[in-house]
Amino acid sequence: MKKYLILASGLFVAAAAGPLAAGAGQQTAPAPQQNAAAQQQQNAPQGNAANGRKLFVSFGCYQCHGYEAQGGSAGARLAPRPIPYAQLLKYVRHPTGEMPPFTEKVVKDSELTDIYAFLRAQPPAPDVDKIPLLKQ
Amino acid sequence: MTKNGSVDRRDFLKSAAATGAALVGSAAAADAQSAPPAPAAAAPATAPIAPRETDPSLEADIVTTDRPGGDFMVDVLKALNLEYVAANPGSSFRGIHESIINYGNNTAPEFITCCHEESSVAMAHAYSKVEGKPMAVLVHGTVGLQHASMAIYNAYCDRVPIIVLAGNTLDATMRRPGVEWDHSVQDAAAMVRDFTKWDDLPWSLPHFAESAVRAYKIAMTPPMMPVMLVLDGGLQEDPISEEVKPRLRIPKLTLTSPPQGDAGAVAETARLLVNAQNPVIIADRLARTPAGMAHLVELAELLQAPVIDQGGRMNFPTQHPLNMSNGGRALLANADVILGLELTDFWGTVDSFRDSLVRTSRPLTKPGTKLISVTAGDLFVKSNYQDFQRYPEVDIAMAADAEATLPPLIEAVKRAMTGDRKTALEARGKRFAEQHNNALDRTRSDAAVAWDASPVSTARLTAELWNVIRNEDWTLVSASGNTSNWERRLWKFDKHYQWIGGSGGAGVGYGAPAAVGGALANKKHGRIAVTIQGDGDFMYAPGVWWTAAHHKLPLLAVMHNNRAYHQEVMHVQRMGNRHNRGVTRAHIGTTLEDPFINYAQIVKGMGVYSEGPISNPNELGPALKRALDVVKKGEPALVDVVTQPR
Repeated sequence: MKKYLILASGLFVAAAAGPLAAGAGQQTAPAPQQNAAAQQQQNAPQGNAANGRKLFVSFGCYQCHGYEAQGGSAGARLAPRPIPYAQLLKYVRHPTGEMPPFTEKVVKDSELTDIYAFLRAQPPAPDVDKIPLLKQ
Repeated sequence: MTKNGSVDRRDFLKSAAATGAALVGSAAAADAQSAPPAPAAAAPATAPIAPRETDPSLEADIVTTDRPGGDFMVDVLKALNLEYVAANPGSSFRGIHESIINYGNNTAPEFITCCHEESSVAMAHAYSKVEGKPMAVLVHGTVGLQHASMAIYNAYCDRVPIIVLAGNTLDATMRRPGVEWDHSVQDAAAMVRDFTKWDDLPWSLPHFAESAVRAYKIAMTPPMMPVMLVLDGGLQEDPISEEVKPRLRIPKLTLTSPPQGDAGAVAETARLLVNAQNPVIIADRLARTPAGMAHLVELAELLQAPVIDQGGRMNFPTQHPLNMSNGGRALLANADVILGLELTDFWGTVDSFRDSLVRTSRPLTKPGTKLISVTAGDLFVKSNYQDFQRYPEVDIAMAADAEATLPPLIEAVKRAMTGDRKTALEARGKRFAEQHNNALDRTRSDAAVAWDASPVSTARLTAELWNVIRNEDWTLVSASGNTSNWERRLWKFDKHYQWIGGSGGAGVGYGAPAAVGGALANKKHGRIAVTIQGDGDFMYAPGVWWTAAHHKLPLLAVMHNNRAYHQEVMHVQRMGNRHNRGVTRAHIGTTLEDPFINYAQIVKGMGVYSEGPISNPNELGPALKRALDVVKKGEPALVDVVTQPR
């Protein structure tokens, strides 16, 4: 387990430092940046969220990022409120952390568009103050 | 007669046969025995062949003994206060087995029945970490030790003392034809010598006593490791001879004092730490006694320095304001002094490594950062197995036990501390306390994401489990390692026994038996042992759940049933992507589906209370409460939960 912990911890930090961590960072970012990100999301190509969910599993994204893209020790949280599509596309093609690269031969742009639609469609997390188990 | 004066098995049978003949044989036979031997040259060429020593007629008369060698071996095990001996039964140690349960009354040591030698050793591994002293394991000649070997390697990597006792039949002429030959070996310990600290093949009972005491002492001297004694079948089973009886004694055991760091190096370390602007303390296998965590808390508070607990032992309270275990890399990047206490991998701690098509690495620290290592690992290194990791370029290296070195280091820090520094350090402490609280808030927010998801999120699983145990006297004796570390991020660990670290060698199959061994050790303390059980790990030797039921061990097990070997899925994905072939077939050989495994049903068949599989997170809390009720009655219970991968 030790090895796994070290690896997992390393991946988490690496991912958190990279662009895919921006989803989490956006929650505390200043309003102008949030607006810019929201604008970029508006400009993202429209995709099929239902198909995106299937692709998220078949391409193995869920292995590190979870079925709901919630993230974990092996991969950053991707949803809710994903990073702008352009950043996602760039990182998927040329990751700088521990994530393996997904070339266009493996995942087409159109498929990434569907995956992005799935990420955008993820509901916001419930208010932590309303979850008693997380208050103890 | 052996060179030590004891009677070996062949000599004993020979003399027993002769004695029997003298007692019941005819007068003529007696006369014949006392008659002078005829000259060899006088024997006719056709003289009848002398009866062989194994002829039934020569063996029939003495058929029992009241005091076999195994009894004395049990005396020795009792003198060493070995509480349990775990074993899957094997004929090569039938002698001591019988002595344990009859002569020893199956108490201290008590025989713990296991279904696989890997389980026996992993149980002892966890027990030893809980109790701070070795547990014994009996393994069958050749095949039993082969089964045990991976678990012995885990314990070796984890620096844990275990006493392995292996049966063997040395005298080839005394082996039963067939299987006993398959289960005998010239040098039994050779198979595990690369990853045990010491072994011996006692040649007599006095030799056994001395070697058992020596083995215990060596195993308990940091760096602690497994040791092994090979027990000859004849030595176990044959009567204790009259010649050897006067020599039977058990030597006094005096444990070696753990080595402290050199006084000069300790003073220099204290000076660097006190004057550092951004010191960081990192601990891995530091705390080997209850004092370890208390010492580390005292040092950290004196310095108001952040602590990264890598989790090899229960080193630092998870919710202490200076616990910054989740903020690792940023701390390292700013650090000017890093103190590593019993780090398994110092290089890997202060360097990043990218597993890409071209493997690259880079330091995580800035140039000039002083690196200080205190580890007993530097005192004992073997060549073949590479668990010693990459060479770390440190500035001060103390080949010493870190826990034993902390008290003099604390005193040296007090001496080096000035009033001005103390004021500055207090401000630093407040800063970290604020960061710690902010990090905890972020952790809780992160845990809320996918709260109602099915499969159940690992955050939800961990939070639900915490809810049912937090008011109990609990200990997490094992965890899958793939739960995104939620338990250490959400739970309040503040007692030395609440965590004992992992497998050491990452040999999968440790988790379940370690949980059972941890429950065994914690039973007499009245603690609720808890485990988060990985599904892949479960399947290695599931018979250990029967052991938990049979010995009525209070263990609350929660399955992290993500239906795959996810670590390996990720590796195959990495290869598929790297080779531009995609990941859609990465599930082949890496997943546990078609059919899904029903873990609740498996353990139910072995007498363990169980519920599940549970996919609806809202059903989890009530199921855990019911399971806890069973555990509080002194029995194991398992709740199978279908989970997210991590």
